[in-house]
Amino acid sequence: MTGNPAADAAKANVPADAAKDKAAAGAAIGFAGVGKAFDGPGGTRVHALADVTLAVEPGAICGIIGRSGAGKSTLLRMVNGLERPTSGTVTVAGRDVGRAQGAALRAIRREVGMIFQHFNLLSSRTVAGNIALPLEIAGEPAGAIRARTADLIARVGLDGLAGRYPAELSGGQKQRVGIARALATSPRVLLSDEATSALDPETTQTVLRLLADINRDLGLTILLITHEMAVVRDIASHMAVIEAGRIVESGPTYDIFTRPRHPTTRSFLGGVTGLTLPAFIAGRLLPARPDGPSEEVIRVTFAGTHATDPMLSRLAVEKGIASNILAGAIEEVGPHPFGNLLISVDADRGPEARAYLERHGLLTEVLGHVR
Amino acid sequence: MSADLIPLLWEATLQTLYMVAASTILGTAFGLPLGVFLATSQRGELLSAPWANKVLGLVVNATRSVPFIILVVAIIPLTRAIVGTSIGTNAAIVPLTLAAIPFIARLVENAIREVDAGLIEAARAMGATPFQIIAKVLLAEARPGIALGLTLAVVSLIGYSAMVGAVGGEGLGDLGIRYGYQRFMPEVMAAVVVVLIVLVQLVQSLGERIAARFDKRAPRNRGR
Repeated sequence: MTGNPAADAAKANVPADAAKDKAAAGAAIGFAGVGKAFDGPGGTRVHALADVTLAVEPGAICGIIGRSGAGKSTLLRMVNGLERPTSGTVTVAGRDVGRAQGAALRAIRREVGMIFQHFNLLSSRTVAGNIALPLEIAGEPAGAIRARTADLIARVGLDGLAGRYPAELSGGQKQRVGIARALATSPRVLLSDEATSALDPETTQTVLRLLADINRDLGLTILLITHEMAVVRDIASHMAVIEAGRIVESGPTYDIFTRPRHPTTRSFLGGVTGLTLPAFIAGRLLPARPDGPSEEVIRVTFAGTHATDPMLSRLAVEKGIASNILAGAIEEVGPHPFGNLLISVDADRGPEARAYLERHGLLTEVLGHVR
Repeated sequence: MSADLIPLLWEATLQTLYMVAASTILGTAFGLPLGVFLATSQRGELLSAPWANKVLGLVVNATRSVPFIILVVAIIPLTRAIVGTSIGTNAAIVPLTLAAIPFIARLVENAIREVDAGLIEAARAMGATPFQIIAKVLLAEARPGIALGLTLAVVSLIGYSAMVGAVGGEGLGDLGIRYGYQRFMPEVMAAVVVVLIVLVQLVQSLGERIAARFDKRAPRNRGR
Protein backbone atom coordinates (compact mmCIF):
# COMPACT_ATOMS: atom_id res chain seq x y z
CA MET A 1 0.00 0.00 0.00
CA THR A 2 1.36 3.37 -0.92
CA GLY A 3 0.21 6.48 0.84
CA ASN A 4 1.39 8.99 -1.68
CA PRO A 5 2.61 7.48 -4.94
CA ALA A 6 2.69 10.87 -6.62
CA ALA A 7 5.45 11.90 -4.24
CA ASP A 8 7.17 8.52 -4.58
CA ALA A 9 7.01 8.85 -8.34
CA ALA A 10 8.46 12.33 -8.24
CA LYS A 11 11.38 11.00 -6.24
CA ALA A 12 11.93 8.18 -8.71
CA ASN A 13 11.58 10.67 -11.56
CA VAL A 14 8.90 8.71 -13.42
CA PRO A 15 5.45 9.95 -14.45
CA ALA A 16 2.90 9.73 -11.65
CA ASP A 17 0.55 7.66 -13.83
CA ALA A 18 3.13 4.92 -14.21
CA ALA A 19 3.49 4.74 -10.44
CA LYS A 20 -0.26 4.57 -10.04
CA ASP A 21 -0.53 1.77 -12.59
CA LYS A 22 2.20 -0.07 -10.77
CA ALA A 23 0.50 0.39 -7.43
CA ALA A 24 -2.70 -1.12 -8.81
CA ALA A 25 -1.14 -4.00 -10.75
CA GLY A 26 -1.74 -7.33 -9.06
CA ALA A 27 -3.84 -5.72 -6.35
CA ALA A 28 -7.22 -7.19 -5.42
CA ILE A 29 -8.61 -3.67 -5.20
CA GLY A 30 -6.87 -0.65 -6.68
CA PHE A 31 -7.69 3.04 -6.43
CA ALA A 32 -5.59 5.27 -8.67
CA GLY A 33 -5.99 9.01 -8.33
CA VAL A 34 -9.69 8.57 -7.55
CA GLY A 35 -11.84 11.64 -7.06
CA LYS A 36 -15.57 12.14 -6.62
CA ALA A 37 -16.97 15.61 -7.09
CA PHE A 38 -20.49 16.88 -7.43
CA ASP A 39 -22.16 20.26 -7.80
CA GLY A 40 -22.95 21.77 -4.46
CA PRO A 41 -25.20 24.71 -3.60
CA GLY A 42 -24.47 28.06 -5.21
CA GLY A 43 -22.44 26.73 -8.15
CA THR A 44 -19.72 25.35 -5.89
CA ARG A 45 -17.99 22.06 -6.57
CA VAL A 46 -17.95 19.67 -3.62
CA HIS A 47 -15.17 17.10 -3.49
CA ALA A 48 -16.29 14.03 -1.60
CA LEU A 49 -13.03 12.31 -2.47
CA ALA A 50 -9.82 13.74 -3.90
CA ASP A 51 -6.81 11.95 -5.37
CA VAL A 52 -7.23 8.70 -3.49
CA THR A 53 -4.59 6.13 -4.35
CA LEU A 54 -4.61 2.86 -2.51
CA ALA A 55 -3.88 -0.75 -3.38
CA VAL A 56 -5.28 -3.65 -1.37
CA GLU A 57 -3.26 -6.82 -1.85
CA PRO A 58 -5.04 -10.15 -2.37
CA GLY A 59 -5.84 -11.77 0.97
CA ALA A 60 -5.35 -8.58 2.98
CA ILE A 61 -7.86 -7.12 5.41
CA CYS A 62 -7.72 -3.39 4.88
CA GLY A 63 -9.50 -1.12 7.32
CA ILE A 64 -10.40 2.41 6.31
CA ILE A 65 -11.11 4.61 9.26
CA GLY A 66 -12.58 8.06 9.20
CA ARG A 67 -15.21 10.23 10.79
CA SER A 68 -18.71 10.37 9.35
CA GLY A 69 -18.68 12.48 6.20
CA ALA A 70 -14.98 11.84 5.55
CA GLY A 71 -15.83 9.97 2.35
CA LYS A 72 -15.15 6.39 3.45
CA SER A 73 -18.61 5.21 2.47
CA THR A 74 -18.26 6.71 -1.02
CA LEU A 75 -14.85 5.07 -1.34
CA LEU A 76 -16.22 1.64 -0.40
CA ARG A 77 -19.19 1.92 -2.76
CA MET A 78 -16.88 2.57 -5.69
CA VAL A 79 -15.49 -0.94 -5.42
CA ASN A 80 -18.78 -2.48 -6.57
CA GLY A 81 -19.85 0.42 -8.73
CA LEU A 82 -22.65 1.70 -6.48
CA GLU A 83 -20.80 5.02 -6.80
CA ARG A 84 -18.74 6.06 -9.78
CA PRO A 85 -15.55 8.10 -9.62
CA THR A 86 -15.50 11.43 -11.45
CA SER A 87 -11.74 11.08 -11.92
CA GLY A 88 -9.18 8.29 -11.65
CA THR A 89 -9.80 4.56 -11.86
CA VAL A 90 -11.06 1.91 -9.48
CA THR A 91 -10.13 -1.67 -10.30
CA VAL A 92 -11.11 -5.05 -8.90
CA ALA A 93 -8.62 -7.76 -9.90
CA GLY A 94 -7.45 -5.45 -12.67
CA ARG A 95 -10.91 -4.77 -14.11
CA ASP A 96 -12.10 -1.20 -14.31
CA VAL A 97 -15.25 -0.97 -12.18
CA GLY A 98 -15.82 2.75 -12.66
CA ARG A 99 -16.38 2.38 -16.39
CA ALA A 100 -18.12 -1.01 -16.43
CA GLN A 101 -21.75 -0.96 -17.54
CA GLY A 102 -24.71 -3.31 -17.61
CA ALA A 103 -23.91 -7.01 -17.69
CA ALA A 104 -20.15 -6.44 -17.24
CA LEU A 105 -20.77 -4.41 -14.08
CA ARG A 106 -23.20 -7.02 -12.75
CA ALA A 107 -20.60 -9.72 -13.39
CA ILE A 108 -18.05 -7.79 -11.30
CA ARG A 109 -20.63 -7.24 -8.57
CA ARG A 110 -21.20 -11.00 -8.30
CA GLU A 111 -17.52 -11.34 -7.44
CA VAL A 112 -17.68 -8.67 -4.74
CA GLY A 113 -19.74 -9.45 -1.64
CA MET A 114 -20.99 -6.69 0.64
CA ILE A 115 -22.24 -6.54 4.21
CA PHE A 116 -24.02 -3.60 5.79
CA GLN A 117 -24.39 -1.82 9.11
CA HIS A 118 -28.15 -2.41 9.17
CA PHE A 119 -27.83 -5.88 7.56
CA ASN A 120 -30.31 -5.11 4.74
CA LEU A 121 -31.96 -8.51 4.91
CA LEU A 122 -35.31 -9.12 3.23
CA SER A 123 -37.90 -9.34 6.00
CA SER A 124 -40.12 -11.50 3.78
CA ARG A 125 -37.49 -14.20 3.31
CA THR A 126 -36.18 -16.76 5.78
CA VAL A 127 -32.50 -17.10 6.64
CA ALA A 128 -32.13 -19.68 3.86
CA GLY A 129 -34.14 -17.51 1.46
CA ASN A 130 -31.97 -14.47 2.10
CA ILE A 131 -28.78 -16.45 1.55
CA ALA A 132 -30.25 -17.94 -1.64
CA LEU A 133 -31.11 -14.53 -3.12
CA PRO A 134 -27.75 -13.74 -4.78
CA LEU A 135 -27.68 -17.28 -6.18
CA GLU A 136 -31.18 -16.87 -7.64
CA ILE A 137 -30.08 -13.57 -9.13
CA ALA A 138 -27.08 -15.29 -10.68
CA GLY A 139 -29.44 -17.87 -12.20
CA GLU A 140 -28.14 -20.94 -10.35
CA PRO A 141 -30.28 -24.10 -10.52
CA ALA A 142 -32.50 -24.77 -7.49
CA GLY A 143 -30.64 -27.90 -6.40
CA ALA A 144 -27.29 -26.14 -6.37
CA ILE A 145 -28.82 -23.23 -4.44
CA ARG A 146 -30.14 -25.58 -1.73
CA ALA A 147 -26.79 -27.29 -1.28
CA ARG A 148 -24.81 -24.05 -1.27
CA THR A 149 -27.23 -22.39 1.17
CA ALA A 150 -26.96 -25.30 3.61
CA ASP A 151 -23.14 -25.12 3.45
CA LEU A 152 -23.15 -21.39 4.11
CA ILE A 153 -25.55 -21.66 7.05
CA ALA A 154 -23.16 -24.15 8.67
CA ARG A 155 -20.14 -22.00 7.75
CA VAL A 156 -21.42 -18.96 9.64
CA GLY A 157 -22.74 -20.96 12.61
CA LEU A 158 -26.48 -20.58 12.06
CA ASP A 159 -27.36 -24.28 12.15
CA GLY A 160 -31.03 -24.89 12.90
CA LEU A 161 -32.08 -21.34 12.02
CA ALA A 162 -32.59 -21.82 8.25
CA GLY A 163 -36.36 -21.38 8.49
CA ARG A 164 -36.37 -18.32 10.75
CA TYR A 165 -37.24 -14.83 9.57
CA PRO A 166 -34.85 -11.91 10.23
CA ALA A 167 -37.28 -10.40 12.76
CA GLU A 168 -36.74 -13.49 14.92
CA LEU A 169 -32.94 -13.14 15.01
CA SER A 170 -30.51 -11.17 17.19
CA GLY A 171 -28.28 -8.50 15.65
CA GLY A 172 -25.28 -10.81 15.58
CA GLN A 173 -27.29 -13.58 13.92
CA LYS A 174 -28.60 -11.11 11.33
CA GLN A 175 -25.06 -10.06 10.46
CA ARG A 176 -24.09 -13.73 10.10
CA VAL A 177 -26.90 -14.10 7.59
CA GLY A 178 -25.53 -10.99 5.86
CA ILE A 179 -22.06 -12.53 5.75
CA ALA A 180 -23.36 -15.86 4.44
CA ARG A 181 -25.35 -14.01 1.77
CA ALA A 182 -22.28 -11.99 0.78
CA LEU A 183 -20.26 -15.21 0.44
CA ALA A 184 -22.93 -17.06 -1.57
CA THR A 185 -21.52 -16.36 -5.01
CA SER A 186 -17.95 -17.17 -3.84
CA PRO A 187 -16.62 -13.64 -4.25
CA ARG A 188 -12.93 -12.79 -4.14
CA VAL A 189 -13.55 -9.53 -2.32
CA LEU A 190 -15.77 -8.68 0.63
CA LEU A 191 -16.81 -5.11 1.41
CA SER A 192 -17.88 -4.31 4.93
CA ASP A 193 -19.82 -1.11 5.51
CA GLU A 194 -19.63 -0.46 9.28
CA ALA A 195 -20.75 -4.07 9.72
CA THR A 196 -20.32 -4.09 13.48
CA SER A 197 -21.41 -0.54 14.30
CA ALA A 198 -24.95 -1.60 15.23
CA LEU A 199 -23.76 -4.48 17.42
CA ASP A 200 -22.81 -4.66 21.09
CA PRO A 201 -19.08 -5.11 21.91
CA GLU A 202 -19.33 -8.83 22.60
CA THR A 203 -21.23 -9.56 19.39
CA THR A 204 -18.79 -7.32 17.53
CA GLN A 205 -15.95 -9.59 18.64
CA THR A 206 -17.68 -12.76 17.43
CA VAL A 207 -18.53 -11.20 14.07
CA LEU A 208 -14.97 -9.90 13.63
CA ARG A 209 -13.63 -13.35 14.48
CA LEU A 210 -15.89 -14.85 11.82
CA LEU A 211 -14.59 -12.35 9.26
CA ALA A 212 -10.99 -13.12 10.22
CA ASP A 213 -11.67 -16.88 9.89
CA ILE A 214 -13.21 -16.40 6.47
CA ASN A 215 -10.27 -14.26 5.40
CA ARG A 216 -7.87 -16.98 6.50
CA ASP A 217 -9.80 -20.00 5.20
CA LEU A 218 -10.94 -18.61 1.85
CA GLY A 219 -8.15 -16.14 1.16
CA LEU A 220 -10.83 -13.52 0.73
CA THR A 221 -9.70 -9.91 0.45
CA ILE A 222 -11.68 -7.71 2.85
CA LEU A 223 -12.07 -3.96 2.62
CA LEU A 224 -13.89 -2.55 5.61
CA ILE A 225 -14.84 0.92 6.68
CA THR A 226 -15.38 1.87 10.27
CA HIS A 227 -15.14 4.73 12.70
CA GLU A 228 -13.91 2.44 15.46
CA MET A 229 -10.16 2.02 15.80
CA ALA A 230 -10.72 -1.15 17.85
CA VAL A 231 -12.19 -2.87 14.76
CA VAL A 232 -9.10 -1.99 12.72
CA ARG A 233 -6.80 -3.10 15.52
CA ASP A 234 -8.58 -6.43 15.93
CA ILE A 235 -8.64 -7.67 12.35
CA ALA A 236 -7.06 -5.34 9.79
CA SER A 237 -3.62 -6.20 8.42
CA HIS A 238 -3.50 -2.84 6.67
CA MET A 239 -5.24 0.42 7.28
CA ALA A 240 -5.82 3.84 5.82
CA VAL A 241 -7.00 6.96 7.57
CA ILE A 242 -9.32 9.19 5.58
CA GLU A 243 -10.12 12.78 6.34
CA ALA A 244 -12.10 15.27 4.26
CA GLY A 245 -11.95 13.02 1.20
CA ARG A 246 -8.22 12.37 1.31
CA ILE A 247 -6.17 9.49 2.60
CA VAL A 248 -3.87 11.10 5.13
CA GLU A 249 -2.04 8.00 6.22
CA SER A 250 -1.91 4.37 5.15
CA GLY A 251 0.19 1.29 5.68
CA PRO A 252 0.42 -1.89 7.75
CA THR A 253 -1.79 -1.52 10.81
CA TYR A 254 1.03 -2.30 13.23
CA ASP A 255 3.25 0.43 11.80
CA ILE A 256 0.51 3.01 12.01
CA PHE A 257 -0.46 2.05 15.55
CA THR A 258 3.13 2.30 16.72
CA ARG A 259 4.19 5.30 14.62
CA PRO A 260 1.14 7.45 13.82
CA ARG A 261 2.16 10.58 11.95
CA HIS A 262 -1.05 12.43 11.20
CA PRO A 263 -3.00 14.23 13.95
CA THR A 264 -6.25 12.55 12.84
CA THR A 265 -4.68 9.13 13.23
CA ARG A 266 -3.46 10.10 16.69
CA SER A 267 -6.86 11.28 17.78
CA PHE A 268 -8.41 7.98 16.61
CA LEU A 269 -5.67 6.09 18.43
CA GLY A 270 -6.38 8.05 21.59
CA GLY A 271 -9.57 6.09 22.03
CA VAL A 272 -7.99 2.64 21.94
CA THR A 273 -4.48 3.11 23.31
CA GLY A 274 -2.97 4.75 26.36
CA LEU A 275 -2.21 7.80 24.28
CA THR A 276 -4.40 10.34 26.00
CA LEU A 277 -2.97 12.25 28.92
CA PRO A 278 -4.87 12.11 32.18
CA ALA A 279 -6.80 15.33 32.66
CA PHE A 280 -4.77 16.53 35.65
CA ILE A 281 -1.61 16.47 33.49
CA ALA A 282 -3.18 17.70 30.26
CA GLY A 283 -4.45 20.82 32.03
CA ARG A 284 -0.96 21.77 33.22
CA LEU A 285 0.98 20.85 30.10
CA LEU A 286 3.24 23.63 28.74
CA PRO A 287 4.58 23.52 25.20
CA ALA A 288 8.03 24.93 26.16
CA ARG A 289 10.23 24.22 29.14
CA PRO A 290 9.47 26.74 31.93
CA ASP A 291 12.09 28.35 34.15
CA GLY A 292 12.92 26.54 37.34
CA PRO A 293 12.57 22.83 38.07
CA SER A 294 10.21 20.98 35.73
CA GLU A 295 9.46 17.60 34.27
CA GLU A 296 9.41 16.51 30.66
CA VAL A 297 6.34 14.50 29.57
CA ILE A 298 7.32 11.84 27.09
CA ARG A 299 5.33 9.32 25.11
CA VAL A 300 7.23 6.07 24.77
CA THR A 301 6.09 3.48 22.24
CA PHE A 302 7.33 -0.06 22.63
CA ALA A 303 7.10 -1.94 19.39
CA GLY A 304 7.99 -5.44 18.27
CA THR A 305 10.33 -7.42 20.49
CA HIS A 306 10.87 -4.49 22.85
CA ALA A 307 7.25 -4.42 23.86
CA THR A 308 7.91 -6.90 26.60
CA ASP A 309 11.31 -5.62 27.81
CA PRO A 310 11.44 -3.90 31.21
CA MET A 311 13.01 -0.76 29.72
CA LEU A 312 12.02 1.73 32.41
CA SER A 313 13.61 -0.42 35.10
CA ARG A 314 16.79 -0.59 33.07
CA LEU A 315 16.70 3.18 32.57
CA ALA A 316 16.59 3.60 36.33
CA VAL A 317 19.30 1.00 37.04
CA GLU A 318 21.73 1.84 34.26
CA LYS A 319 21.27 5.61 34.04
CA GLY A 320 19.89 6.42 37.44
CA ILE A 321 16.95 8.25 35.84
CA ALA A 322 13.64 7.83 37.69
CA SER A 323 10.43 8.10 35.71
CA ASN A 324 6.82 8.62 36.68
CA ILE A 325 4.32 6.53 34.77
CA LEU A 326 1.29 8.71 33.94
CA ALA A 327 -0.68 6.40 31.68
CA GLY A 328 -0.06 3.37 29.60
CA ALA A 329 -1.29 0.24 27.97
CA ILE A 330 0.09 -2.84 26.34
CA GLU A 331 -1.96 -3.89 23.36
CA GLU A 332 -1.98 -6.34 20.55
CA VAL A 333 -2.38 -5.47 16.91
CA GLY A 334 -3.06 -8.79 15.34
CA PRO A 335 -0.50 -11.13 16.92
CA HIS A 336 1.99 -8.34 17.69
CA PRO A 337 2.14 -6.68 21.08
CA PHE A 338 2.96 -3.03 21.43
CA GLY A 339 2.86 -0.66 24.31
CA ASN A 340 2.34 3.01 24.83
CA LEU A 341 3.50 4.69 28.02
CA LEU A 342 3.25 8.29 29.05
CA ILE A 343 6.02 9.07 31.49
CA SER A 344 7.56 12.16 33.01
CA VAL A 345 11.22 12.56 33.92
CA ASP A 346 13.30 15.42 35.34
CA ALA A 347 13.61 17.90 32.47
CA ASP A 348 17.41 18.10 32.94
CA ARG A 349 17.72 14.36 32.29
CA GLY A 350 15.03 14.24 29.55
CA PRO A 351 17.30 14.26 26.47
CA GLU A 352 19.54 11.62 28.01
CA ALA A 353 16.58 9.37 28.87
CA ARG A 354 15.14 9.71 25.37
CA ALA A 355 18.49 8.97 23.74
CA TYR A 356 18.83 5.83 25.88
CA LEU A 357 15.33 4.58 25.02
CA GLU A 358 15.75 5.36 21.31
CA ARG A 359 19.05 3.49 21.30
CA HIS A 360 17.18 0.42 22.54
CA GLY A 361 14.68 0.60 19.72
CA LEU A 362 11.83 2.43 21.46
CA LEU A 363 10.11 5.45 19.98
CA THR A 364 9.85 8.62 22.01
CA GLU A 365 8.04 11.89 21.58
CA VAL A 366 8.07 14.92 23.87
CA LEU A 367 4.50 15.99 24.54
CA GLY A 368 5.36 19.01 26.75
CA HIS A 369 6.48 20.05 30.16
CA VAL A 370 4.92 20.36 33.60
CA ARG A 371 6.16 22.26 36.60
CA MET B 1 -89.57 -8.34 2.92
CA SER B 2 -91.52 -10.74 0.81
CA ALA B 3 -90.04 -14.07 -0.24
CA ASP B 4 -89.84 -13.18 -3.93
CA LEU B 5 -87.29 -10.46 -3.11
CA ILE B 6 -84.71 -12.99 -1.89
CA PRO B 7 -83.84 -14.20 -5.42
CA LEU B 8 -83.64 -10.56 -6.55
CA LEU B 9 -81.26 -9.73 -3.72
CA TRP B 10 -79.19 -12.84 -4.43
CA GLU B 11 -78.93 -12.02 -8.12
CA ALA B 12 -77.98 -8.39 -7.39
CA THR B 13 -75.29 -9.53 -4.94
CA LEU B 14 -73.79 -11.85 -7.54
CA GLN B 15 -73.83 -9.01 -10.10
CA THR B 16 -72.04 -6.73 -7.65
CA LEU B 17 -69.46 -9.40 -6.86
CA TYR B 18 -68.93 -9.95 -10.59
CA MET B 19 -68.41 -6.25 -11.29
CA VAL B 20 -66.09 -5.80 -8.32
CA ALA B 21 -64.08 -8.92 -9.07
CA ALA B 22 -63.68 -8.11 -12.74
CA SER B 23 -62.71 -4.49 -12.15
CA THR B 24 -60.31 -5.49 -9.34
CA ILE B 25 -58.57 -8.04 -11.56
CA LEU B 26 -58.39 -5.68 -14.55
CA GLY B 27 -57.51 -2.71 -12.36
CA THR B 28 -54.68 -4.67 -10.75
CA ALA B 29 -53.46 -5.96 -14.10
CA PHE B 30 -52.89 -2.38 -15.21
CA GLY B 31 -52.54 -0.58 -11.87
CA LEU B 32 -49.84 -2.83 -10.40
CA PRO B 33 -47.29 -2.32 -13.20
CA LEU B 34 -48.20 1.37 -13.32
CA GLY B 35 -47.64 1.68 -9.56
CA VAL B 36 -44.31 -0.15 -9.82
CA PHE B 37 -43.26 2.19 -12.60
CA LEU B 38 -44.32 5.31 -10.66
CA ALA B 39 -42.34 4.07 -7.63
CA THR B 40 -39.15 3.34 -9.53
CA SER B 41 -38.87 5.89 -12.33
CA GLN B 42 -38.03 9.19 -10.68
CA ARG B 43 -34.62 10.66 -11.46
CA GLY B 44 -31.84 8.38 -10.27
CA GLU B 45 -34.15 5.47 -9.44
CA LEU B 46 -34.02 1.95 -10.86
CA LEU B 47 -35.92 2.65 -14.08
CA SER B 48 -35.04 6.34 -14.10
CA ALA B 49 -37.43 7.97 -16.60
CA PRO B 50 -38.32 11.31 -15.03
CA TRP B 51 -40.43 12.58 -17.94
CA ALA B 52 -42.55 9.47 -18.30
CA ASN B 53 -42.93 9.47 -14.52
CA LYS B 54 -44.20 13.06 -14.53
CA VAL B 55 -46.62 12.54 -17.40
CA LEU B 56 -48.08 9.33 -15.96
CA GLY B 57 -48.27 10.96 -12.53
CA LEU B 58 -50.31 13.78 -14.02
CA VAL B 59 -52.65 11.37 -15.84
CA VAL B 60 -53.16 9.40 -12.62
CA ASN B 61 -53.93 12.55 -10.65
CA ALA B 62 -56.30 13.81 -13.35
CA THR B 63 -58.24 10.54 -13.41
CA ARG B 64 -58.46 10.49 -9.65
CA SER B 65 -59.73 14.09 -9.56
CA VAL B 66 -62.85 13.26 -11.59
CA PRO B 67 -65.79 12.31 -9.35
CA PHE B 68 -66.73 8.72 -10.13
CA ILE B 69 -70.32 9.48 -11.15
CA ILE B 70 -69.00 12.04 -13.69
CA LEU B 71 -66.42 9.56 -14.96
CA VAL B 72 -69.15 6.99 -15.62
CA VAL B 73 -71.12 9.43 -17.75
CA ALA B 74 -68.13 11.06 -19.41
CA ILE B 75 -66.71 7.82 -20.80
CA ILE B 76 -69.98 6.40 -22.14
CA PRO B 77 -68.63 6.59 -25.74
CA LEU B 78 -65.55 4.60 -24.68
CA THR B 79 -67.73 2.09 -22.84
CA ARG B 80 -69.89 1.67 -25.96
CA ALA B 81 -66.81 1.20 -28.11
CA ILE B 82 -65.47 -1.53 -25.83
CA VAL B 83 -68.59 -3.39 -24.67
CA GLY B 84 -71.11 -2.38 -27.36
CA THR B 85 -73.56 -0.94 -24.83
CA SER B 86 -73.49 1.49 -21.93
CA ILE B 87 -76.00 -0.48 -19.85
CA GLY B 88 -75.52 -3.58 -17.71
CA THR B 89 -72.82 -5.18 -15.59
CA ASN B 90 -70.28 -5.56 -18.39
CA ALA B 91 -70.65 -1.89 -19.29
CA ALA B 92 -70.19 -0.94 -15.61
CA ILE B 93 -66.87 -2.76 -15.50
CA VAL B 94 -65.30 -0.20 -17.86
CA PRO B 95 -65.62 2.89 -15.63
CA LEU B 96 -64.98 0.78 -12.51
CA THR B 97 -61.72 -0.47 -13.99
CA LEU B 98 -60.77 2.99 -15.17
CA ALA B 99 -61.27 4.34 -11.65
CA ALA B 100 -59.47 1.37 -10.10
CA ILE B 101 -56.28 1.63 -12.18
CA PRO B 102 -54.95 4.98 -10.87
CA PHE B 103 -56.20 4.22 -7.36
CA ILE B 104 -54.43 0.86 -7.23
CA ALA B 105 -51.35 2.38 -8.90
CA ARG B 106 -50.98 4.97 -6.12
CA LEU B 107 -51.54 2.36 -3.40
CA VAL B 108 -48.92 0.07 -4.96
CA GLU B 109 -46.53 3.01 -5.38
CA ASN B 110 -46.87 3.89 -1.69
CA ALA B 111 -46.36 0.30 -0.61
CA ILE B 112 -43.19 0.00 -2.72
CA ARG B 113 -41.80 3.31 -1.50
CA GLU B 114 -42.07 1.95 2.05
CA VAL B 115 -39.44 -0.70 1.20
CA ASP B 116 -36.09 0.14 2.82
CA ALA B 117 -33.70 1.67 0.27
CA GLY B 118 -30.92 -0.42 1.86
CA LEU B 119 -32.51 -3.53 0.37
CA ILE B 120 -32.32 -2.05 -3.13
CA GLU B 121 -28.67 -1.21 -2.53
CA ALA B 122 -27.98 -4.75 -1.29
CA ALA B 123 -29.64 -6.24 -4.36
CA ARG B 124 -27.71 -3.93 -6.70
CA ALA B 125 -24.52 -4.97 -4.93
CA MET B 126 -25.42 -8.61 -5.70
CA GLY B 127 -25.52 -7.81 -9.39
CA ALA B 128 -29.31 -7.87 -9.75
CA THR B 129 -30.94 -6.35 -12.83
CA PRO B 130 -33.62 -3.70 -12.26
CA PHE B 131 -36.32 -6.24 -13.08
CA GLN B 132 -34.88 -8.77 -10.64
CA ILE B 133 -34.86 -6.08 -7.97
CA ILE B 134 -38.51 -5.27 -8.69
CA ALA B 135 -39.62 -8.91 -8.72
CA LYS B 136 -37.50 -10.38 -5.94
CA VAL B 137 -37.08 -7.44 -3.59
CA LEU B 138 -39.62 -4.65 -4.07
CA LEU B 139 -42.76 -6.68 -4.80
CA ALA B 140 -41.81 -9.38 -2.29
CA GLU B 141 -41.18 -6.89 0.51
CA ALA B 142 -44.18 -4.72 -0.36
CA ARG B 143 -46.65 -7.64 -0.28
CA PRO B 144 -48.23 -6.75 3.10
CA GLY B 145 -48.70 -3.13 1.99
CA ILE B 146 -50.04 -4.15 -1.42
CA ALA B 147 -52.50 -6.58 0.20
CA LEU B 148 -53.84 -3.82 2.48
CA GLY B 149 -53.97 -1.41 -0.47
CA LEU B 150 -55.95 -3.87 -2.59
CA THR B 151 -58.33 -4.41 0.33
CA LEU B 152 -58.95 -0.68 0.39
CA ALA B 153 -59.43 -0.69 -3.38
CA VAL B 154 -61.97 -3.54 -3.25
CA VAL B 155 -63.94 -1.79 -0.51
CA SER B 156 -64.01 1.40 -2.61
CA LEU B 157 -65.05 -0.57 -5.69
CA ILE B 158 -67.97 -2.11 -3.78
CA GLY B 159 -69.14 1.43 -3.10
CA TYR B 160 -68.54 2.55 -6.70
CA SER B 161 -70.35 -0.52 -8.05
CA ALA B 162 -73.44 0.56 -6.15
CA MET B 163 -73.11 3.99 -7.76
CA VAL B 164 -73.12 2.62 -11.31
CA GLY B 165 -76.53 1.20 -10.48
CA ALA B 166 -77.84 4.75 -10.71
CA VAL B 167 -76.82 5.05 -14.34
CA GLY B 168 -77.90 1.72 -15.76
CA GLY B 169 -75.46 -0.71 -14.21
CA GLU B 170 -76.97 -3.60 -12.32
CA GLY B 171 -76.25 -5.04 -8.91
CA LEU B 172 -77.06 -3.99 -5.36
CA GLY B 173 -77.04 -0.25 -6.07
CA ASP B 174 -79.51 -0.68 -8.92
CA LEU B 175 -81.77 -2.84 -6.72
CA GLY B 176 -81.70 -0.33 -3.90
CA ILE B 177 -82.60 2.57 -6.18
CA ARG B 178 -85.27 0.89 -8.28
CA TYR B 179 -87.05 -0.98 -5.49
CA GLY B 180 -86.08 0.80 -2.31
CA TYR B 181 -86.28 4.37 -3.63
CA GLN B 182 -88.49 4.51 -6.72
CA ARG B 183 -91.04 1.88 -5.52
CA PHE B 184 -91.01 3.04 -1.89
CA MET B 185 -89.84 -0.30 -0.46
CA PRO B 186 -87.64 0.72 2.50
CA GLU B 187 -87.17 -2.94 3.51
CA VAL B 188 -85.35 -3.56 0.19
CA MET B 189 -83.12 -0.55 0.78
CA ALA B 190 -82.34 -1.85 4.27
CA ALA B 191 -81.55 -5.32 2.93
CA VAL B 192 -79.21 -3.85 0.29
CA VAL B 193 -77.38 -1.81 2.92
CA VAL B 194 -77.02 -4.85 5.19
CA VAL B 195 -75.58 -6.96 2.35
CA LEU B 196 -73.13 -4.17 1.46
CA ILE B 197 -72.00 -3.86 5.09
CA VAL B 198 -71.46 -7.61 5.33
CA LEU B 199 -69.51 -7.64 2.05
CA VAL B 200 -67.22 -4.83 3.17
CA GLN B 201 -66.63 -6.48 6.54
CA LEU B 202 -65.74 -9.78 4.89
CA VAL B 203 -63.38 -8.15 2.39
CA GLN B 204 -61.70 -6.06 5.08
CA SER B 205 -61.03 -8.92 7.48
CA LEU B 206 -59.92 -11.25 4.69
CA GLY B 207 -57.52 -8.57 3.39
CA GLU B 208 -56.07 -7.96 6.82
CA ARG B 209 -55.52 -11.68 7.35
CA ILE B 210 -53.72 -12.01 4.03
CA ALA B 211 -51.56 -8.96 4.81
CA ALA B 212 -50.66 -10.37 8.23
CA ARG B 213 -49.77 -13.71 6.63
CA PHE B 214 -47.34 -11.91 4.31
CA ASP B 215 -45.90 -9.68 7.02
CA LYS B 216 -42.80 -11.24 8.61
CA ARG B 217 -41.44 -7.98 10.00
CA ALA B 218 -42.47 -8.63 13.59
CA PRO B 219 -42.16 -11.98 15.42
CA ARG B 220 -45.81 -11.88 16.47
CA ASN B 221 -46.75 -12.40 12.81
CA ARG B 222 -45.00 -15.71 12.48
CA GLY B 223 -48.21 -17.32 11.32
CA ARG B 224 -47.56 -20.73 12.78
